[in-house]
Amino acid sequence: MHIVICIKQVPDSAQIRVHPVTNTIMRQGVPTIINPYDLFALEEALRLRDTHDGEVTVLTMGPPMAEDALRKALGYGADRAVLLTDRYFAGSDTLATSFALSQAIAKVGETFGTPDLVFTGKQTIDGDTAQVGPGIAKRLGLLQLTYVAKIASIDLAAREIKVERRSEGGTQMLKSRLPCLITMLEGTNEIRRGSIQDALCAARSQVLKWSAADAGIEDLTKCGLRGSPTVVKRVFAPPARAEKAAKIDTAEMALRDVADELITAIFTRQPALEHELAFNGGA
Amino acid sequence: MDMIEEQFDAIVIGAGMSGNAAAYTMASHGLKVLQLERGEYPGSKNVQGAIMYANMLEKIIPDFRDDAPLERHLVEQRLWVMDDTSHTGIHYRSDDFNEAKPNRYTIIRAQFDKWFSRKVREAGATVLCETTVTELIRDAKDRVIGVRTDRAGGAIYADVVVLAEGVCGLLGTRAGLREMPKPQTVALAVKEMHFLPEEVIEQRFGLKGDEGCVIEAVGTTSRSMAGLGFLYTNKESISLGIGCLVSDFAAMVESPYVLLDALKTHPSIRPLIAGSEVKEYSAHLIPEGGYKAIPQLFGDGWVVVGDAAQLNNAIHREGSNLAMTSGRIAAEAIIEVKSRNGPMTKRNLALYKAMLDKSFVVKDLRKYKDMPALLHTNSCNYFTAYPRLMSQAAQNFMRVDGTPKIEKEKATTAAFIKARSRWGLVSDAVRLALAWR
Repeated sequence: MHIVICIKQVPDSAQIRVHPVTNTIMRQGVPTIINPYDLFALEEALRLRDTHDGEVTVLTMGPPMAEDALRKALGYGADRAVLLTDRYFAGSDTLATSFALSQAIAKVGETFGTPDLVFTGKQTIDGDTAQVGPGIAKRLGLLQLTYVAKIASIDLAAREIKVERRSEGGTQMLKSRLPCLITMLEGTNEIRRGSIQDALCAARSQVLKWSAADAGIEDLTKCGLRGSPTVVKRVFAPPARAEKAAKIDTAEMALRDVADELITAIFTRQPALEHELAFNGGA
Repeated sequence: MDMIEEQFDAIVIGAGMSGNAAAYTMASHGLKVLQLERGEYPGSKNVQGAIMYANMLEKIIPDFRDDAPLERHLVEQRLWVMDDTSHTGIHYRSDDFNEAKPNRYTIIRAQFDKWFSRKVREAGATVLCETTVTELIRDAKDRVIGVRTDRAGGAIYADVVVLAEGVCGLLGTRAGLREMPKPQTVALAVKEMHFLPEEVIEQRFGLKGDEGCVIEAVGTTSRSMAGLGFLYTNKESISLGIGCLVSDFAAMVESPYVLLDALKTHPSIRPLIAGSEVKEYSAHLIPEGGYKAIPQLFGDGWVVVGDAAQLNNAIHREGSNLAMTSGRIAAEAIIEVKSRNGPMTKRNLALYKAMLDKSFVVKDLRKYKDMPALLHTNSCNYFTAYPRLMSQAAQNFMRVDGTPKIEKEKATTAAFIKARSRWGLVSDAVRLALAWR
């Protein structure tokens, strides 16, 4: 079985700050990590590889420094890493990204065997769009299973996979034929700690660096800024809330009075709420 | 998982200055080297100020200036003795330091160590980060033959293990190769990184281009403890910190951040960092025991280098160059033993100590062998009484208020005698001179 997993190197959002004047993200000096959602997909891919044999190819598009993320993925036990890097890709939005990645996946398939599964994380923590996974699926003509919480079973002989998909109403049990694309939900597993062998392999293996031409991309107008119709109209930082938390001293109060005071405080702040609750027969 | 039947010539534990120097030297001489680092990347756990001395790195990587991340080369060094409101200083600044190959640089270790580690990998060593060595493996004859890590997959073997694990030396201590460092032989240093625009730093310290300045200060900021405050100019930041002996912190029941706050708000320091943004706060131990604290440096299948070997010259604030040099010398000794097809026995590895004894590392530490004890036991005099007296004397000398000069001088002399007595003054001076000699 051949599994391709797409990851993204993102700034560690826990350590990121917004420039107070320009409202742009201050990336300088912010450490980078593998997009945390992608780690769930990577672990799932590795588990499938471990139980069903085969190979896991990790793919990312990004600047040369994205190699660090791929090395990390190799350290977790991935078998091969491909870095799609070219100045033509600079400024890609989700449309251009999914185009480039789908082309690269096709090339990976040609070179190392057609993938049975393509994994992505649910979304990235820097873009938060959740569009690239479905975009890749559409372009490659793959069936897509999004927001997958669990892989119930996989039958390679019958070319079938069963998954649990979280939806608003509950959990859907879905069956799909292979190959397909899965976007993995967070919290579904925990990324492993690679063995000493994995770490040694990662340190010794080469990350393949592909340019647009290497990935067989001919139409450069679909890449990077040129291939990105998204326009950022305005960037703004949400203003910090001026309100302070109020403290109610409950030691000397009867519980009923505490409740009354709380409700009054909430309704003063949210006048519409009182009406709504009364309308629904609450309160 | 399978056991690895992979044998290395050497395993280096730690990717700081000494570990990188050792790994680089061995790998570039064709040895099969594995380096294990517990941090996420080399330098990620580092706190050093830091000043890097070119000479010691040149001996390892002669053309390091081509691509190493260097902040500023030092043209000025200020040594301050402080009381609560003033400082008395010796400043040395020279245009001679603006040379083609400058002598000292400020560096940021998180960046520098990454660069050094890249060199190590380019030299052919295998470097694994996020890998903690948990145990040294020994054979029936008690020789160290490999290590076990916190990763699954078994043991890794090598002819020799270079312990470059840093000041705490947990592994060496656990393995019984050395004692745990004592509170009176390690200092705890705390450091903040204050970010300021390049032009502001240049303006405040009278610098241009890559020129840099450092301040090192002793005095009442260390609250009578043996301690040193430091301020280093980087390109766009200032490293500011202070360190005191752990035993003193414990005895005084003082918190390190209190001292750092006192240093930051000192009227001589405050304007230098005004308007800065603090982006980093860190703390680390520094070996300060000097010559007498150096543990056994070699054994069957192992050598210990750098901070783990307590090789730090606290008096001259030199640590990383001793680390680099000990790492390089250990590597050269190992290369020499290997070239003779000799086994990595205690007897053969004694070559490392013999070579190290001949170097400035041990010579310098031996010169100051009595200094740590003196400054420690007499810390309240050297770090509070004298700084106060010196400040008073300086002020007395500078202030013009109609007092006849002869009376001023008498007052100064009287203050010294009152504080320490004639005998005390002579004895402090003699003891300091003897320890320095």
